[in-house]
Amino acid sequence: MAVVIFSSELQKFTGEERIELAVSTYRNLVDGILNRYPDMPAKEITEKAVSIDGMIIQDPLLDPVAPDSEVHFLDRISGG
Amino acid sequence: MSEAKEYKYVGTRRVRPDGYDKVTGRANYGADLALPGMIWGKILRSPHAHAKINGIDTGKAEAYPGVSAVVTFQDFPEKSKGNPSAQNILANAKALYHGHAIAAVAAKTEQIAQEALGLIEVDYEVLPPVMDLDTAMAEGATLINENLKTAGLPEPATESSNIAARQELKIGDIDAGFAEADVIVEREYSTPTVHQGYIEPHACTVRYDENGQSMVWCCTQGHFDVRASTANLLGMELGKLKVVASEIGGGFGGKTIIYLEPVALMLSKKSGNPVKIVMDRDEVFKASGPGAATKSWIKIGAKNDGTFTAMQAKLVFEAGAFPGSPVGPGTMTVFAPYDVKNAKVEGYDVLVNKPKVAAYRAPGAPQAEFASEMLINELADKLGMDMIDIRLKNAARQGTQALYGPKFNEIGLVECLEQCKASDHYQSAVSEGNGRGVAAGFWFNIGGVSSAVIHMNPDGTATLLEGSPDIGGSRASMQSMAAEELGIAPERIKPIVADTEMVAHNDTTGGSRTTFATGMAVIEAAQDVVRQFKERAASTWNVTPDQVEWSDGVARNTAGEGEMTCAEICASAGRTGGQITGRGNINARGAGPSFSVHIADVAVDTDTGKVDVVRYTASQDAGRAIHPSYVEGQIQGGSVQGIGWALNEEYIYNDDGLLENPGFLDYRIPLASDLPMIDPIIVEVPNPFHPYGVRGVGEANIIPPLATVATAVGNAIGRPMPDLPCSPPRVLKAIQEG
Repeated sequence: MAVVIFSSELQKFTGEERIELAVSTYRNLVDGILNRYPDMPAKEITEKAVSIDGMIIQDPLLDPVAPDSEVHFLDRISGG
Repeated sequence: MSEAKEYKYVGTRRVRPDGYDKVTGRANYGADLALPGMIWGKILRSPHAHAKINGIDTGKAEAYPGVSAVVTFQDFPEKSKGNPSAQNILANAKALYHGHAIAAVAAKTEQIAQEALGLIEVDYEVLPPVMDLDTAMAEGATLINENLKTAGLPEPATESSNIAARQELKIGDIDAGFAEADVIVEREYSTPTVHQGYIEPHACTVRYDENGQSMVWCCTQGHFDVRASTANLLGMELGKLKVVASEIGGGFGGKTIIYLEPVALMLSKKSGNPVKIVMDRDEVFKASGPGAATKSWIKIGAKNDGTFTAMQAKLVFEAGAFPGSPVGPGTMTVFAPYDVKNAKVEGYDVLVNKPKVAAYRAPGAPQAEFASEMLINELADKLGMDMIDIRLKNAARQGTQALYGPKFNEIGLVECLEQCKASDHYQSAVSEGNGRGVAAGFWFNIGGVSSAVIHMNPDGTATLLEGSPDIGGSRASMQSMAAEELGIAPERIKPIVADTEMVAHNDTTGGSRTTFATGMAVIEAAQDVVRQFKERAASTWNVTPDQVEWSDGVARNTAGEGEMTCAEICASAGRTGGQITGRGNINARGAGPSFSVHIADVAVDTDTGKVDVVRYTASQDAGRAIHPSYVEGQIQGGSVQGIGWALNEEYIYNDDGLLENPGFLDYRIPLASDLPMIDPIIVEVPNPFHPYGVRGVGEANIIPPLATVATAVGNAIGRPMPDLPCSPPRVLKAIQEG
């Protein structure tokens, strides 16, 4: 199962640092997280970039998540 | 670790395709377009740092001979008036910084427009200016935005504040980490407001057409975002606004947002004429977005062998008059070069009466990493360790978990450190009386949306349309990558920065994304062309496309005899199915982080406090240098800007909050004659997520100079220099207090 690791900011909503989810895409992953934490505003994760196995995706949706993937959410980065 | 492959065109130093136009003066910049019937726009700006606007009377200006239109904030569509961007572009109820735009005039000549500005009567009620972080965060502080409440607190804020947001990152157990330490060091640091210092001022020429296609010509790092932001503010459909990116004389993050374009379009709409607005240097300093001033506190615990056990930071960033400083990336980057199990970072985004800050190369990282890198050098000194060895001891490597979340894939920090350590510069002795500094820097680099199109011409030459403004030599890189894929000489490919009608959306050029992301779009477009080449050749030979091999610009029939060159396929394309066009439209994933390590030697004049950089070496992991000369240019350019930040550059405001040095005579950026050659070291640890291993090289190089130079100055005079810039008065004061 994919491992999702929440930052200290997101732990305010999840109350836990790490969960496992059986999902195959980023979209499934978001659905799974929001179902698990119904009080968490969706934008807390949907407006963030995601790192799937170290590959950072700024604006994900259909991206694959492998059974052994490690997933982190992080602020979207712009630049100069 | 991936091995860097050798390529035919990628990695070669070719003549830049835009070079002739630029050295002969043929290149067209933001102020260079003139249209029939064009009139001139000028902006009236606030003479106060903080003032309530009780009224604006434009009657006399509107009646002035030669004036065609006057606009104020009230001319924005009703639905845009709550948008902070609109309130920054033209002040609403309050002027929030010295130079804040109040109204604009369009007239037959620049002189008439300037004269008419003087006829606009503004009733100001001057308020106390809030010019620094301590004043802004003090209890009972004058509020810049009376409705602003701090976001990100454990409990929702109930009182208004100048603190727009708080955020926190932590990993491990910070208390346990410090308890484990043999040595603990801590110190406060500060950095000033600085400008990106681009040579070309903001400029645009626009034509509003209520029946058809309006047009904006401007110097920008992202014309698709200019289109989106401008259309959004003015209630226009995207398809009815064309934005053309001119050549750009520097941006460095400062040309990622809009100031003039909506104003010019509103003036054009009112007057019925095309309108040109060009900022002067004074306006650029007063009213465009600078890099944020900061205050930081850093604490590091370490074992006697130099192993970090805990790292803690509090970072406070000025946002300017509207929320949105780069404190977020500051918190994420401050300790990113290191493998530390216990860390905690708090960040604060704070309003002051200065222009809303903008990105400046690796936004947030130079200020944050200045503080952490300074303290690491102090810790090394305390432990009697070499400045590079302590970094090697703690360096992030593949598999290190960054404080901001993910584990790093292949990265090149260790290689940068090792190559610096082995350099002739580092192996040389420091001259008597001089000081040496070292620091590292980290930047994420980013991907995002890019689009490219390649049209093949009947003679086998190609026209490459990309949508990323070329601010650092990207046309040459795109040309090289397309040539590598197509197997034809780069000189046969003409790269063009296309306007918003010619290619699909491209994210703004910034974050070191262009060579990575737009490069991937170009590669995809070229591969699409090659696929069609193979199909056309297969049709000609009555074989299947998988029986055709493509290499060195030639199709070969692997099922029989026959070869067709690119030029031959293109010459017959009309008869084999039509002309050939390749497309690449992507959301690029997997940007590779970049690290940079610098060494500086400085000499200090102890009578005047003047600092001279006498030797400077800068290494950076480029992943793969598509065009090494441009990579070296980026390393050198970022280094020079960082040296300026360290030594001289700062906005100087008086007690009334008025900017006193809005020009290059008094805001001193380094000149070529001020500096030695910056010796670049290109490190190549390929990014596994890019076909050629590209990471991006526009950002990480500006981070290390701040701590590198300030440490060197401190070592030269025997006192730490925690506050930037290390300008002559400050250095002299430190010497005298020593």
